[in-house]
Amino acid sequence: MQKATIQLEDLVCPSCVQKIENAVRLLDGVEKESVNVLFNSSKAKLDFDDDKLSIVDIEKAITALGYEVKKSQVKVK
Amino acid sequence: MQRFILSKKNHITLVSAILIVIGFTGELGFKNEAVAVAALVLASILGAMPIAIQAYQALKVKIVSIDVLVTIAVVGAFFIQNFEESAIVTFLFLFGAFLEQRTLNKTRSAIKELTEMAPESALKQMASGEFEEVDVDEVDVGDILLVKTGAKIPVDGTVLSGEGSINEASITGESLPVSKEKGSTVFAGTILDNGTIQIAADRVGEDTTFGKIIELVEEAQDSKSEAERFIDRFSKYYTPAVLVLGILVWVFSRNLELAITILVLGCPGALVIGVPVSNVAGIGNGARHGILLKGSEVIGDFSRLDTMVFDKTGTLTAGNPSVAEKEYYGENTQEALGYLASIERESDHPLARAVLEEIGETKFSLVENTEVVKGGGIAATVGGHRIAVGNVALMERENVTLGEQAKADIARFEKSGNSLVLTSVDGELKVLMGVRDQIRPGVKKDLRRLKKLGVKNLVMLSGDNQGTVDAVSRELGLTEAHGSMLPEDKSAYIKRLIEEEGQIVAFVGDGVNDSPSLALAHIGIAMGSGTDVAIETSDVVLMNSDFSRLPHALGLTKATARNMKQNILIAVGVVLFLLASVFFSEWMNMSIGMLVHEASILVVILNGMRLLRYKLR
Repeated sequence: MQKATIQLEDLVCPSCVQKIENAVRLLDGVEKESVNVLFNSSKAKLDFDDDKLSIVDIEKAITALGYEVKKSQVKVK
Repeated sequence: MQRFILSKKNHITLVSAILIVIGFTGELGFKNEAVAVAALVLASILGAMPIAIQAYQALKVKIVSIDVLVTIAVVGAFFIQNFEESAIVTFLFLFGAFLEQRTLNKTRSAIKELTEMAPESALKQMASGEFEEVDVDEVDVGDILLVKTGAKIPVDGTVLSGEGSINEASITGESLPVSKEKGSTVFAGTILDNGTIQIAADRVGEDTTFGKIIELVEEAQDSKSEAERFIDRFSKYYTPAVLVLGILVWVFSRNLELAITILVLGCPGALVIGVPVSNVAGIGNGARHGILLKGSEVIGDFSRLDTMVFDKTGTLTAGNPSVAEKEYYGENTQEALGYLASIERESDHPLARAVLEEIGETKFSLVENTEVVKGGGIAATVGGHRIAVGNVALMERENVTLGEQAKADIARFEKSGNSLVLTSVDGELKVLMGVRDQIRPGVKKDLRRLKKLGVKNLVMLSGDNQGTVDAVSRELGLTEAHGSMLPEDKSAYIKRLIEEEGQIVAFVGDGVNDSPSLALAHIGIAMGSGTDVAIETSDVVLMNSDFSRLPHALGLTKATARNMKQNILIAVGVVLFLLASVFFSEWMNMSIGMLVHEASILVVILNGMRLLRYKLR
């Protein structure tokens, strides 16, 4: 299991948070309970299974929604 | 294509504003219907595009967002050929979002300033022995780094060679530079004012003290109180509910205009954003003033504080004893002080250290025949004189007669909580010193401010004897003071306040042996200069353990809690007002509804922003 911290562009609407959370949760291999998108610091934190998908897939899901990914960090959990 | 449109949102807003102006001047000024309609239709379509895209993306991930409501409303307005409404609503929605972004960034600025102080690069020694600039993430524990004048220390580490002075304000809040040499510890995020040093990395990234501070603040700004979690859950169902309501109104009244108006008016704008902006601005203000608040739960508790419990030593008092009062008797005082210092120089008793510090430079003489009297003091021969240094019991043993004046002084010194050091020369009392752990400068004023801010009880708990404790308590004007308490007595006392009296309690202690009390109290504040412990155990971290920041911290949490309530009130009030006016008045329509909504969002953000400037009066 990997732990990812993704720095997003500045989030300005609280519903963006919901959108990103749901989009990431719907990905296969992402630990649903672990997904947490932080509004003020504009970060997404989540755990995922790197056998099923990579951090790039997660980033793609977020950019597909129209949000920019600035930087992401992955650590082995 | 979608991303292109979204990235050009600001341009679209501007163009649609121009088109709307053309539309209205065309209609009113030139009576040219065709141009007016064309301009407004174009403005509507253009403005609706980014909103519709966002709505589509939201629906794809199963969320009925505000964008969905607005898109449906705009399409509806288009359908009944009310192009003015559709153009204005889309414009206001986009323009509102633009202003929100600007103002939100402002409220977040204080915390951004802090996180941007994090070091980004380091000069690392490579296998070749040369130093190369690398990203700070590439530094591992044990690496050797070079830091030059003006640069940030990239990691927590130990100085291997070189020397310099470092500004540690980012960690301790103290702006005076600290000099460092081989063996000194240095902290990430501090700045090398001058000199050049090589350091070995001991802790990197998030493990450094600065990393922990940043993580704490970042988590705090997004932490949610119970009330906020409720609002979040509520808003998840609220928006779909508005959609359902709109559909029902349309089905039953067959009035499409009313239905789409409801969709716009029902937008939950200010409610979801009001509390987070207060939170981030309040925590940001704290961070600027050397106060780290661990989240909105802490803000809530701290703002409703009933009782503040203090540990004495190291919190209210300096923690190291010093000479507080002194009296001299007879003549030849300087000589007597010289003898006293000569004897005390050979002792490592805490009282001796305090006495030596007080006397300072003097003439030292040879000490002979030293005799340590248990529970009394020291007797010796110095320069041919019989000298005794100790308490009253020792003086009696040495047959020193104490005059009326001396007896009165002794009683007075004891009453104010001093330990006594008497010095006799050849059987005659020469010097009386009162040594005590003195109250930190400024504490008295700070406590008075805390009381003024509405803290009902100020309580001191200490392991010292009741006499000492009472003396300090009298001087500081505390509500209660209890002595002879072990750490477990202290935690039992706090437990009783919380469980039996239902009070909200803060505990201020040194963070080392008071950890049970710190954990038990609603708000734990560790004063220990060991920043790590303080950061981990405290709910409110005072940088550099600066007691004087406590009143500001309390005032700030009160202001922040008040600000959140105001924002909730504004948000709820606006929605109720809008819904009431759509049913009971004639003038309400989509455009006005959208205007009021966007305005209310800006009002709560601006209200939150006031916290950035909060200062304790």
